[in-house]
Amino acid sequence: MNDSTRPASPREPCEFSVNGEPVAIACAAHVTLLEALREELGLTGTKHGCELGECGACTVLLDGASVLSCLVLAQTCAGRQVETVEGLADGPGLHPLQAAFADLGGSQCGYCTPGMLMSAKQLLAAEPAPDRARIREAIGGNLCRCTGYQQIVDAIAHAAAVMRGEPA
Amino acid sequence: MMRLPDFELRRPRTLAEAATILAGEGPAARPLAGGTDLLPNMKRRQQTPRVLVALGEIPGLRTFTNGAALAIGAGTTLAALAADTRMAQYGALAQAAARVASPQLRNQATLGGNLCLDTRCSYYDQSEPWRRAIGCCLKKDGDTCWVATASRRCVAVSSSDCAPALVALGARVRLVSREGTREVALEDFYRDDGMDHLVKRPDEILSAVDVPDAQGWRSTYWKLRRRGAIDFPVLGVAAAVKRDTAGTIEAARVALGAAGSRPFLVPQASEALIGRTLDDATIAATARRVAARAKPVDNTDFETRWRKDVATQLVSYALRELRGEDLGAIRRRF
Ligand SMILES: Cc1cc2nc3c(=O)[nH]c(=O)nc-3n(C[C@H](O)[C@H](O)[C@H](O)COP(=O)(O)OP(=O)(O)OC[C@H]3O[C@@H](n4cnc5c(N)ncnc54)[C@H](O)[C@@H]3O)c2cc1C
Ligand code: FES
Ligand code: FES
Repeated sequence: MNDSTRPASPREPCEFSVNGEPVAIACAAHVTLLEALREELGLTGTKHGCELGECGACTVLLDGASVLSCLVLAQTCAGRQVETVEGLADGPGLHPLQAAFADLGGSQCGYCTPGMLMSAKQLLAAEPAPDRARIREAIGGNLCRCTGYQQIVDAIAHAAAVMRGEPA
Repeated sequence: MMRLPDFELRRPRTLAEAATILAGEGPAARPLAGGTDLLPNMKRRQQTPRVLVALGEIPGLRTFTNGAALAIGAGTTLAALAADTRMAQYGALAQAAARVASPQLRNQATLGGNLCLDTRCSYYDQSEPWRRAIGCCLKKDGDTCWVATASRRCVAVSSSDCAPALVALGARVRLVSREGTREVALEDFYRDDGMDHLVKRPDEILSAVDVPDAQGWRSTYWKLRRRGAIDFPVLGVAAAVKRDTAGTIEAARVALGAAGSRPFLVPQASEALIGRTLDDATIAATARRVAARAKPVDNTDFETRWRKDVATQLVSYALRELRGEDLGAIRRRF
């Protein structure tokens, strides 16, 4: 779909960190962080939905804040820290959020799950004990067409309790 | 994948450098702040700048100071703004910022980008093939306004939440170019023209927003939209009043957003409020006069007739909240 009447912008080297590991890619100005993750780095855990900012499927953390990777230019990530769903698990051990989504039916087709998990991760980093209203607000930018959201809210509330060290 | 068209990306480190690039490149260059308006528009080929000047690495745009007045750097994110304790005095702005889009978008979106947001319309905010299928529209590549086919003017709607809030708070914006800095009252920053809605020249950068001291004022923002998250406003009501100890209104400013191609102040509201108290009769009379100024056209969500009717309600909620009523339960429905 690129405008063929214009010369392609040069591929510029771009270094940033993904899930704690340094990465170096070369990309044109128009490449989004979502495209860089999926197509340059093979990290297809981050999903593409609307690609217009409306669905949240592409949510990642950039310097700790949840952002929509479909609306971030890869070149503007130089020197910054990106966290994706691939960085949640610790080896074979699921992150408490992942475990709770799996156990409580927070994930059905799974398409929204990586984005939901990253929004939830940002919430719990800032507020370890959110009430259900706050949880709903925090996932307000993530659409799910399957679950009806209740199980997702349950899963986040449960994971929050586990992460606070409370008996489940 | 829905790809961006190609462009050249510049990443200046100072405001002066950014102004020089914009002056050199002319109107084919555009500032890029959070990108949450510009990048979707570029993906849909509504806007196709040749050069993007990223403002994110200019530290000066993120300063936030409060002396006698509040000076907010244009690069301040809406999330930072909504969370800042200094905003307590500026209720309308804090509420507007907190109600824009979604948490992720507020982490990216800046105040400057929100004030410069492109106008919106259901015939314009569509993919390129969709727009081509109807022969495009007045605002982009066509010659008909499909909302008002007899209209010579584009009626795309100003959809910023922070703009009406800041108009009610009497804010001014600073515009920086290579020629220097000029200041414009926010209410004069907009034109009633969906295609050319800002008085800002293409080479000017909005660097900061100055909000006068709100001592003695109380303000609020009410937003009408279909869902409680993500959606743009279909109507925004911002109201600010200053009352003496007896409750008599000394000064008042009510502004409407998403009710035309620009956010605007309603002088009739100030006339209806000043010298009175916020009693039921005053609120009802004011709400009627404000709603009469809201002339929604059929270019966004909801039925036009209903949007006009509900304007009266929204204004009265805002004024009732300002007199101290707890409208939390109603607010949660919006
Ligand atoms: C799904 C979705 C929902 C949304 N909902 C809302 C909503 O409810 N309410 C709302 O108000 N907005 C909404 N938006 C629009 C947008 O996210 C916000 O308005 C945001 O604040 C825009 O800021 P930005 O920094 O991302 O702007 P950008 O996209 O970077 O820029 C927007 C425009 O402003 C210009 N610009 C930016 N900064 C400057 C500057 N400092 N000086 C000069 N020009 C500048 C750019 O050139 C561009 O033309 C929504 C967007 C999406 C995708
Ligand atoms: S793919 Fe990014 S918000 Fe939908
Ligand atoms: S689980 Fe299918 S979209 Fe959420």
